[in-house]
Amino acid sequence: MSTRIYIPSDTTAKSLGADRLAMQMAVVAAERGVDIEIVRNGTRGLYWLEPLIEVDTAEGRIGFGPVKSKDLDTLFDAEFWQGKQEHPLALGLVEEIPYLKRQQRLTFSRAGVIDPLSLDDYRAHSGYQGLAKALEMSAQGIIDEVKASGLRGRGGAAFPTGIKWQTVLDAPAEQKYIVCNADEGDSGTFADRLVMECDPFMLIEGMTISGLGVGATQGYIYLRSEYPLAFETLNNAIATAYDNNLLGENILGSGRRFDLEVRMGAGAYICGEETSLLESLEGKRGLVRAKPPLPAIVGLFGKPTVVNNVLSLAAVPFILDQGAQAYAYCGMGRSRGTLPFQLAGNVKQGGLVELAFGPSLRELMFDFGGGTRNGRPLRAVQVGGPLGAYLPESQWDTALDYEAFAGEGAVLGHGGVVMFDDSVDMSEQARFSMEFCVAESCGKCTPCRIGSTRGVEVIDRIRAGENREANLELLSDLCETMVDGSLCAMGGMTPFPVQSAMKHFGEDFAQPAKTEMEVA
Amino acid sequence: MSTTGTTPWHPEIASAIIDELKTKPGALLPILHALQDRFGHIHSDAVALIARALQTTRAEVHGVISFYHHFRTEQPGRHVVEICRAEACQAQGARALEAHAKSALGIDYAQTSDDRTVTLEPVYCLGNCACGPSVRVGDDIHAFVTPESFDELIDDLKTEQLELK
Repeated sequence: MSTRIYIPSDTTAKSLGADRLAMQMAVVAAERGVDIEIVRNGTRGLYWLEPLIEVDTAEGRIGFGPVKSKDLDTLFDAEFWQGKQEHPLALGLVEEIPYLKRQQRLTFSRAGVIDPLSLDDYRAHSGYQGLAKALEMSAQGIIDEVKASGLRGRGGAAFPTGIKWQTVLDAPAEQKYIVCNADEGDSGTFADRLVMECDPFMLIEGMTISGLGVGATQGYIYLRSEYPLAFETLNNAIATAYDNNLLGENILGSGRRFDLEVRMGAGAYICGEETSLLESLEGKRGLVRAKPPLPAIVGLFGKPTVVNNVLSLAAVPFILDQGAQAYAYCGMGRSRGTLPFQLAGNVKQGGLVELAFGPSLRELMFDFGGGTRNGRPLRAVQVGGPLGAYLPESQWDTALDYEAFAGEGAVLGHGGVVMFDDSVDMSEQARFSMEFCVAESCGKCTPCRIGSTRGVEVIDRIRAGENREANLELLSDLCETMVDGSLCAMGGMTPFPVQSAMKHFGEDFAQPAKTEMEVA
Repeated sequence: MSTTGTTPWHPEIASAIIDELKTKPGALLPILHALQDRFGHIHSDAVALIARALQTTRAEVHGVISFYHHFRTEQPGRHVVEICRAEACQAQGARALEAHAKSALGIDYAQTSDDRTVTLEPVYCLGNCACGPSVRVGDDIHAFVTPESFDELIDDLKTEQLELK
């Protein structure tokens, strides 16, 4: 009987050579007459161990990693396919690796375990049980369950998902829409990508349940063009779902309808803002709309529309299957359930860490992340993407909780954590925040469009040592204007990283910027 | 390794692509993607064809093309090389990498090398943030890119070019 070997297939594993490894392993196995079956799973998200290959044994799945092509001969010499663990890359049972074992994986329970495109695998791991229950429930019953779970929008704004759905249910209309915001543009985030590349049926199931809940028959996934693999995987999964009556006009014989299509964005960060996204889906420039009216009332093509992040929709099958209380049981305060954190930047053990809200940022960065990759002291951490504040060491004990972060003038956002060592120049980071806003502003409102350009100029003057005090004051003033006067979070939050850099790392604004000679 | 679309501009092919997609709700982005995937860029003559098919103005179509970073109106080099400029990659040395890339290729962003092998573009996040700096070539993502491994990558692209000749 052949031994099953899992080799990950997500974008990061591929970027580290997983495809070539799978090809070469098949060749070496054939040469040696070893009978193996290679299965391409998603990824567990333990990126510092990728490519992390797993051998299926009677005791469980034994891991080896990070495996490079040059390790193949010694791995076969050590008879790794028999589950023998004499090779130096042996990691023991994957489920027992502390980084994984200490997580609370509700949304990511299947990631890396299953073949992403195998519907049988998905079903064998509780897949589509949430939908089966939803089909037995009333629309209001589904929404009540989501409300009771305490789920809040995982895109960053943390608005209660059940209340948004209720608004759409209560809005009378012949046509309603479910739109999944998969424009995961924040640097340091990849959890949405992992859902789509490693467990796409979960997102499809979540959107279908959402459609049943609010009475929508058409869904769109608005996916960023930087994710070509997710595009391919989603389209394959959607085709399989149609073939199995899990999408289309008669879902599981219920007579209920839900159609789903993936639409590709075109490299505009602003299209992650929900109203800009809707404009883009309608085939227009991604200009932000003024709110009200809320998209829940006047959304896509003027119809009531649920716009939810990938992670919000992906949490729904678990909630319907296991019950609202099982989800709400995790977490603290008003932040219920889990948030998939993403450790990125200069981090030793980067990857996906799904945790119930509550532990401190420090625990996440050190107990899981293991500090910086290059071993230099950690100096600054940006949480929540390019619009999130930079946190100095004095704030690292803040609990990972929406309200606790708000209390520090910071945001959890989409859960991205980007770590910087002590070589970072925070005035340069502040300049980049403004520069990014110049590149990505939709241009509709003045504080964002012009303010960001002026912001770059003022920071350049400060860095050059021109009238430093006066220009710092001017920058503070400009930041306030952008926060108070911008139409959406792009201009309204771009100052967050700038203000936090000025407040907590003022010394980096006090001297002329380092020349290249000094940096080297 | 995937390359950019290389079909020479052909109005009849373009019209067929547009006709196939024009009845989709919000058809403009799907049409622009399909044209760029086929021809490598959005030819200036496509604007009028699209405007007529969608019963909108050429100004509106032009506005959409110019709004999105992804759409290009000139044919790029054989490979589009995108360097991630976002924070997670910055924390891992992306600034030094982009400076190296520009000087090694002798071009700035949005420019194409003299031999037409490479067009260099910035990108703001490829979602490979635990393993930066990241570079995208076609649909392939490369992790932990150093100035040295960047040079090897470019060499491979250029060698492949020669082999094809």
